[in-house]
Amino acid sequence: MADLIKTKYPMPTEKPEIRAKNFNEVAFGYTEALAKSEAARCLGCKVPACVEGCPVNVKIPDFIRHICAGDYEGAYAVLKESNALPAVCGRVCPQETQCESKCVRGRNGEPVGIGRLERFAADHHNASDPAPAAPPVKNGHKAAVIGSGPSGLSCAGSLAAKGWEVTVFEALHVAGGVLVYGIPEFRLPKTIVQKEIDTLKQMGVDIETDVIIGKTLTVDELFAQGYEAVYIGTGAGLPKFMGIPGENLNGVYSANEYLTRVNLMKAYKNSSTPVLHPAKVAVVGGGNVAMDAARCALRMGAEQVYIIYRRGEEELPARREEVEHAKEEGIIFRLLTNPVEILGDEKRFVRGIKVVDMELGEPDQSGRRRPVEIAGSEHDIECDCVIMALGTTPNPLIKSTTAGLETQRWGGIVADENGLTSIENVYAGGDAVTGAATVILAMGAGKKAAEAIDAKLNV
Amino acid sequence: MNEIVFKKFLNPTVVLMRVSAPLVAAKAQPGQFVILRPDAESERIPLTVADYDRENGTVSIIFQIVGETTERLAKLKQGEFIADFAGPLGRPTETEGYKKVAVIGGGVGCAIAFPVAKKLHEQGCEVTSVVGFRNRDLVILEDEFKAVSSNYVLMSDDGTAGEKGLVTDALKKLIEAGEKFDCVIAIGPLIMMKFVCLLTKQYGIKTIVSMNPIMIDGTGMCGGCRLTVGGKTKFACVDGPDFDGHEVDFDEAMARGSVYKPFERKAHEEYCNLYGKAVEE
Repeated sequence: MADLIKTKYPMPTEKPEIRAKNFNEVAFGYTEALAKSEAARCLGCKVPACVEGCPVNVKIPDFIRHICAGDYEGAYAVLKESNALPAVCGRVCPQETQCESKCVRGRNGEPVGIGRLERFAADHHNASDPAPAAPPVKNGHKAAVIGSGPSGLSCAGSLAAKGWEVTVFEALHVAGGVLVYGIPEFRLPKTIVQKEIDTLKQMGVDIETDVIIGKTLTVDELFAQGYEAVYIGTGAGLPKFMGIPGENLNGVYSANEYLTRVNLMKAYKNSSTPVLHPAKVAVVGGGNVAMDAARCALRMGAEQVYIIYRRGEEELPARREEVEHAKEEGIIFRLLTNPVEILGDEKRFVRGIKVVDMELGEPDQSGRRRPVEIAGSEHDIECDCVIMALGTTPNPLIKSTTAGLETQRWGGIVADENGLTSIENVYAGGDAVTGAATVILAMGAGKKAAEAIDAKLNV
Repeated sequence: MNEIVFKKFLNPTVVLMRVSAPLVAAKAQPGQFVILRPDAESERIPLTVADYDRENGTVSIIFQIVGETTERLAKLKQGEFIADFAGPLGRPTETEGYKKVAVIGGGVGCAIAFPVAKKLHEQGCEVTSVVGFRNRDLVILEDEFKAVSSNYVLMSDDGTAGEKGLVTDALKKLIEAGEKFDCVIAIGPLIMMKFVCLLTKQYGIKTIVSMNPIMIDGTGMCGGCRLTVGGKTKFACVDGPDFDGHEVDFDEAMARGSVYKPFERKAHEEYCNLYGKAVEE
């Protein structure tokens, strides 16, 4: 009999006043007892809507059933069938708009905490220090994967499992893509990412860092080197700016730059990489990246951190949980507010941001109500740092060096439902195709392309 | 990991390293740069390629010891390894189609100016090299420049090498003496490039500068290297590093280049103290 309690069993988290001062993981994860209790809330629907809500169709009731029975390895095995990175997805997936949004329990109360259970099963598996599985038997085929973010890792893992010899090329000096340069430690500890990468290496995947495809080597050269298929999982890495006056002042960062300095280059541990330590920070944008940047700034010692977003609370694109966490930690939300100019001092450092109040008008193409400026509402917010978290677009490096690779006008690579691009045996997926989206969608695309590559070339 | 196959101090603070990096050596062109980390604890820094040997798979870098990272790099010995060495990045310098070019190098910027002068020379262009240093001890690549230049003008701030004065003084003299340059390529400190551009603008001579701002990834991801060129924001890493000097906002570039000065000074001092060295001002 299912536990009919209407709310999720809460996941223990660090107290806001403590966590806002360090980079340790905010949420501790379920204990065994909590996981079993939450798992017991699942009705085990015969036709599970949650599975349809999952971009990689994880057999959700199945893995939850294993948790109920105390068979955590069994639960992990079910997860792993469809999801290459369950410990990552359990933490960063927007479950509230995917699997959990479809959960029957959500009709009258809160849905089952699927993400929390996924995380529990993955963490339990990782903590048990599992013996590495024997590397798969090689099938004699070679593939190259460009980019070691979630999409590339998922594609590489799927191909390796089928026996392909896979090389992953990464432009930076460490593998992981956005999982290491973007998402901060307190939301996704880097040891978890490293564990997933180590697992791939044990499967025989070769990871070549410091190789920029499009510069160091081209896609054509990869084929000349004997790779039979190429998967482009280069993400959406180019930061957007607003084009307002003052954007090149000292103290204006793209969220990419700020997060890269703090996370990837470990400025939070006083590494050799410098970063400014401002007292008052304005983060422009309302997505997960904006929340990450704001919460990093707080942890780096800022006294006041603002989120400046031109629409309202309802429209914030960030995950609900991230917004709640940010609020608990003391991030100040200045909603319906839009920057018009960044103000500098005589040394060209930021001293404030001029903003204008907004109101919501008619819905625009995206279906969201269009923000409209309120005349005469201009005012200044004092700050000494501005972080632009306005979204990112795909990097043109590969397109510009690969003849025949079709892209959309905004830079996204054109690919069919299997990831096949306009060039034979060149596949692409993840943010490089869709524009900035989620880890799980990127992984789903990587897996799908791996299946298509194997079906076509391993015959 | 990339092996340092050759290392030499060109002057007390400028080091030449030839690094084994076959993939970079196969593609590198004058004007392009690499991003490197001397060791796993270091910052990522961009350094422009000073030379390359496609056959032996090596890339030369020449750098001045200015802060903690270059200090760490300079500590590495021949036979040791640089942790990360990625490239070639940025667009190559456009050298096609010129008949007569003045290549202006300032200080360690000469290390980047030289391969450009060499390539121009190889393409049959008449090269005038005007190079400037603070004093005689700091002069680098004199023979190399002479070998590819029909005219080599050496300037120094104190008059201990060549003529006393700035590169702009020498360039002005050449122009006023009737030398007709299709293009001036200036590589050196921002302040030097700024004044070269102010001078050449008066005479309407096309001027290319090589910008070397702060950057992390070198592929367009961080946007830290942004500059204002012709009123528009450009990323030096992917749109440059070469730009039309008459369009560059040098004052902004200088301000942006100094953003971490206090941090760098502190890091340099700490690093030097660690090794019991006196801190030079």
